[in-house]
Amino acid sequence: MVYSKRVDSRKFDQPREIEARVGIIKRADGSAYFKIGKTIAIAAVYGPRELYPAFKQNPETGILRCNYDMMSFSVTERKKPGPTRRSVEISLVTENALLPALDLSLFPNTVIDVFIQIIQADAGTRCAGISAAAMALADAGIPMKDLVSSISVGKVGDKIVLDLNKEEEDYEEGSTDIPVAIMPRNGEISLLQLDGDVEKEELLQALKLAKKGCDEIYKIQRQALKERYGGSAQDEL
Amino acid sequence: MSYKDMKDYVVSLLNKGARMDGRNLLEYRTPIKVELNVSKNAEGSAKVTMGETEVLAGVKLNVGEPFPDTPNEGVLIVGAELLPLSSPEFESGPPGFEATELARIIDRGIRESNMLNIEKLVIKEGELVWMVFLDIYTINDAGNLIDASALAAIAALKHTVFPKLEKDKVAFGEHTKEKLPLKKVPITCTIYKIADKIIIDPNEKEQKVIDSRLTVAVSENNKINALQKGGNKGLSIEDIYSMIEIAQEKTKELRKILGDKQDK
Repeated sequence: MVYSKRVDSRKFDQPREIEARVGIIKRADGSAYFKIGKTIAIAAVYGPRELYPAFKQNPETGILRCNYDMMSFSVTERKKPGPTRRSVEISLVTENALLPALDLSLFPNTVIDVFIQIIQADAGTRCAGISAAAMALADAGIPMKDLVSSISVGKVGDKIVLDLNKEEEDYEEGSTDIPVAIMPRNGEISLLQLDGDVEKEELLQALKLAKKGCDEIYKIQRQALKERYGGSAQDEL
Repeated sequence: MSYKDMKDYVVSLLNKGARMDGRNLLEYRTPIKVELNVSKNAEGSAKVTMGETEVLAGVKLNVGEPFPDTPNEGVLIVGAELLPLSSPEFESGPPGFEATELARIIDRGIRESNMLNIEKLVIKEGELVWMVFLDIYTINDAGNLIDASALAAIAALKHTVFPKLEKDKVAFGEHTKEKLPLKKVPITCTIYKIADKIIIDPNEKEQKVIDSRLTVAVSENNKINALQKGGNKGLSIEDIYSMIEIAQEKTKELRKILGDKQDK
């Protein structure tokens, strides 16, 4: 049960290497690339644009519509193209993770589409997708109360660790995966899922670690936006 | 800009031998970039950028039963998705006509050129063969997705390695160094006609106002392996002949870009 050294020799509270960029898809209104370890996500935002069929329009507010999917070759065993129960659920929790950061009442009757694609998967894909999507929304100029930063925490063997890779997720002697998304400025949690087996105290410890990890991601997201838009982007966020 | 205004604008430029981005009529956008190994769980993958158009292709291998009518041949399955992420005009949902046509054009170029030596993909005749899944995803549609997709597909296949096979099952995640058995490599070029002008590699604005197109897969020895006429206007025999000549010339340029690519 003792997990004394991480499989890739990271510290227990250390995320994998992170790389982020915005403005990678020219035809989109906003877009972003987010890589954490060997997991690569891209996101594109289209909108606000007219929503059809018209009965779906809401005169009070714009609607956020997220679509998460993995490329067939992004995983070791090929994933059949097209939506799965898993991808539909992740699309939904992604929407819920991003919505608290947005005020779409400015865009009644419209839709903002967020498309997320996983190019390469090594655990933590929904978190990478959310981190990318938040940057893409900012890149699209959608007014945001805050960014959304996301990372997974969990328990591998007997240790609480930050940012599990696939090998840790599949750890034979037990592994609990807890994907978390946080709005860094007010610390509110907008995504929380858990699969595994942990004590309440361990969960608390894990969430504190997730906050630390998200703060780190937040810095990198802001830096990427700053690189594209200059210093002022930082103040607006 | 309305369809008619855009078409008039594009045609007026073409009449002067010019294009909106300053290219000649028969010039690809530059640079054309081929990046290999862009997705490491794939058995082979490539990203092609052609101007602002960007496409990913990836290959996964598995084993399975051969089709009953071809017991001593491996299986090739080509798919393409026009991701709504890559253009405001693409919608979510199962592959539509355009995506299906794209996949079929790429498939036929590979199949008819015999690029893939499918007899060598047999593990046990009639029972177990390698299945090659080639999937194409558009990342940014700035026109001419066909040529970019074909190039990405070929690049991915050329650099595909077999996964490890243990007791007739694939050990997922473990790659060998053995490459796919390939023969002659086809290269695909699409020639477009707008009014009476012939161009290649349209950007997304030009692409919208084309009248017809002819996609030509050209073999290593300059033969024609596959053709696909698209668009809703006709082509004369003379048009087709000169389009094929252009494709034969232009595929040499693309072939050189591909040939310069070495494994990482």
